[in-house]
Amino acid sequence: MDASTVIVGLGGVLSASAPVLVASVGETFAERAGVINLSINGTILLSAMGSFAVAVSTHSLLLGFLTGCVIGAAVALVVAFGSITLRQSQVAVGFVLALFCRDLSYFLGNPYMGDQGPRLSSLPIPGLSHIPVLGTLFFKQDIMTYFSFVLIAGAWWYIFRTRQGLVLRAVGERPAAAFARGARVNMLRYVYTTLGGALVGLAGPMFSLSIKAGWKGTISGLDGIGWIVLAIVIFGAWNPVRVAFGAYLFGLLQWLGVVLQPSLPGIPSQVLQVAPFPLMILTLLLVNVGNAEWVDRVLASLPERSRKWVARVLRSLRVLPPRSLGVPFERD
Amino acid sequence: MSLLAPGLGETSGKAPKPRSSNRQRWINLGLQIGALFGAFLLTSIILLIAGAPPFEAYKEIFLGAVGSTRSFSNVLVAWVPLLLAAAGVLVTFAAGLWNIGVEGQIVLGAILTTWALRLLQATSLPPALIIIVAMVAGICGGALWAALAGALKTFGGVNEIFGGLGLNFVATALTLWLIFGPWKRPGIGSMSGTEPFPDRLALPTIAGLRLSAWSLGLGLLAVLVVYILLDRTYFGLRLKAVGLNSRASFLLGVPTWQYGMLAFLWCGGLAGLAGAVQVTSVYHRLIPSISSGYGFLGLMIGMLIRYRATWVAPVALFFAALNIGSIQLPIVLKLDSSLSGVLQGALVLFVVLMEGARQRYLRRVRAAVLPPAPSTPAALPSPPGPDALKEA
Repeated sequence: MDASTVIVGLGGVLSASAPVLVASVGETFAERAGVINLSINGTILLSAMGSFAVAVSTHSLLLGFLTGCVIGAAVALVVAFGSITLRQSQVAVGFVLALFCRDLSYFLGNPYMGDQGPRLSSLPIPGLSHIPVLGTLFFKQDIMTYFSFVLIAGAWWYIFRTRQGLVLRAVGERPAAAFARGARVNMLRYVYTTLGGALVGLAGPMFSLSIKAGWKGTISGLDGIGWIVLAIVIFGAWNPVRVAFGAYLFGLLQWLGVVLQPSLPGIPSQVLQVAPFPLMILTLLLVNVGNAEWVDRVLASLPERSRKWVARVLRSLRVLPPRSLGVPFERD
Repeated sequence: MSLLAPGLGETSGKAPKPRSSNRQRWINLGLQIGALFGAFLLTSIILLIAGAPPFEAYKEIFLGAVGSTRSFSNVLVAWVPLLLAAAGVLVTFAAGLWNIGVEGQIVLGAILTTWALRLLQATSLPPALIIIVAMVAGICGGALWAALAGALKTFGGVNEIFGGLGLNFVATALTLWLIFGPWKRPGIGSMSGTEPFPDRLALPTIAGLRLSAWSLGLGLLAVLVVYILLDRTYFGLRLKAVGLNSRASFLLGVPTWQYGMLAFLWCGGLAGLAGAVQVTSVYHRLIPSISSGYGFLGLMIGMLIRYRATWVAPVALFFAALNIGSIQLPIVLKLDSSLSGVLQGALVLFVVLMEGARQRYLRRVRAAVLPPAPSTPAALPSPPGPDALKEA
């Protein structure tokens, strides 16, 4: 494999990771506000199917992508209503919706199986796309991939550098304090859950109208992506930049699985396709193990010099969720 | 974090109410019927969107499930793994754990059962003994996979939802690797699974049907055992205490993480048995989709019955009937058989939302009747407890 093939491949990784990235950033917004939307796996499938169906019937990519957004926002709204207004377990509502939306997408998508639909074409940026290496990597993508690049920076800026972002973090960490300072906690949670859901919904058409164009029912290969998104958000410590890194890492692993397939004849392709998942557990283990009690005890028994070093490594890896994630807010 | 607890119940600041409150009971019954009605209404609308006649579809599902002895026996075949999975997740729910990994635990049960059968099929041991050993191996496989999720949670700080999901994928990968690799059929491996075992290594079935009285008995026995475990033993009481308030239980001397692990082992063992049943009495081999989503359905059943073991059997039977009844939808009405999943999901969704509406109504009534209570910390998780269960 020569250098140019690798560069084209890496450019492909950037665009193939874009849907996962956008969905992960969307979920980051919701979880930063304290709502975990567990329905993502079903949402992505349903929005992929729905937007494909709309795009096929109307021949409009724009309407297709809008449909995806609307579906994602609508499902997130149910999660918000169930968990904020009715104060049911977010996990319960989300899990049911994950299965419900998945089966709904297979049921309603049946007539559209294997149809030919419109597909997003790439949009090289004049001038910039001719830069060697960088041009192929970053400037010969489709519009949604550019959007994903902008989203990383935009989301990071919004969450960590604006006043609204400060309020968002406060709502997820210390809702009572935020409320005392005048934030409308539950209203904001509704807003960010729905906004996050719209971004998650965008991931659907990014698959069905671009990367994995078409709708193939149960063999669309989209079942499971949503669960990965949830893991990536944890891996990314609820920080859009680190989340993006996680999404790219996942994309890279999947690409490597395809590339390395010929040199590993003993391993069936189905196994390589799911290889990123155990690696995901390992990384979750790495970023979480610092929170476990026994680690402190082991650390205390280590000699002084190595203790400092190990503690520093663990602390740099370790992530803590928003303090009020999954906890309903009630004003008394 | 209530993220870690099923948390369907609302226990804080409950007003005392007479136990024989007839009005309450009627309201609850009304809400349950309302949830059923809502689920069917939503599904009917979805059917109309798909351009299908709703009543025709329901009739086909009904006939597909109970139309003949054969079809009803198939419902019972699907009932068994659902009973086992649902009974298993009740134990983890009681401990406040979301064992989403139950799906992979079924798969591991099936894998270890197949492994034991492969090892022993050439020996001269009596078939009955081989089957028993294989099923015990299956139980161990499920328990092992559950213990892994439990260890990840206890010692690695990985939330059981994510650990379990990851392990589900690993289990699937393992199955595919075995089917296409070391255990592939003579010639070429295929999605149809491993080489079928001889008939003598299958659980005996009722003449002419796929149903085995043995597996049916095992499923029902599992539900009974879990009912006794949770409602009639000291262990069950302490387990529920851990699920309700793990910190308080720990301070009162309950070894909390050990109890969590035991709950995982119970659930994994039952799920593994479900996998063993699928291999020894349904498929007679290992197939790629051996768990058939029964683990996730078991979780749905657990949520639907609000964690009461007495309701496992009828609700699981209903779910099994939907699954089997919808199989012929593609042939008769050109509809996808995932309609059963849509209906099941809608049902659980409406039950959860209706319960929320009921609690909200009760809070309103209480707020109107009682003087304002002393404020409780706002960020208090609300896991389900014995009280919440009784109230529901």
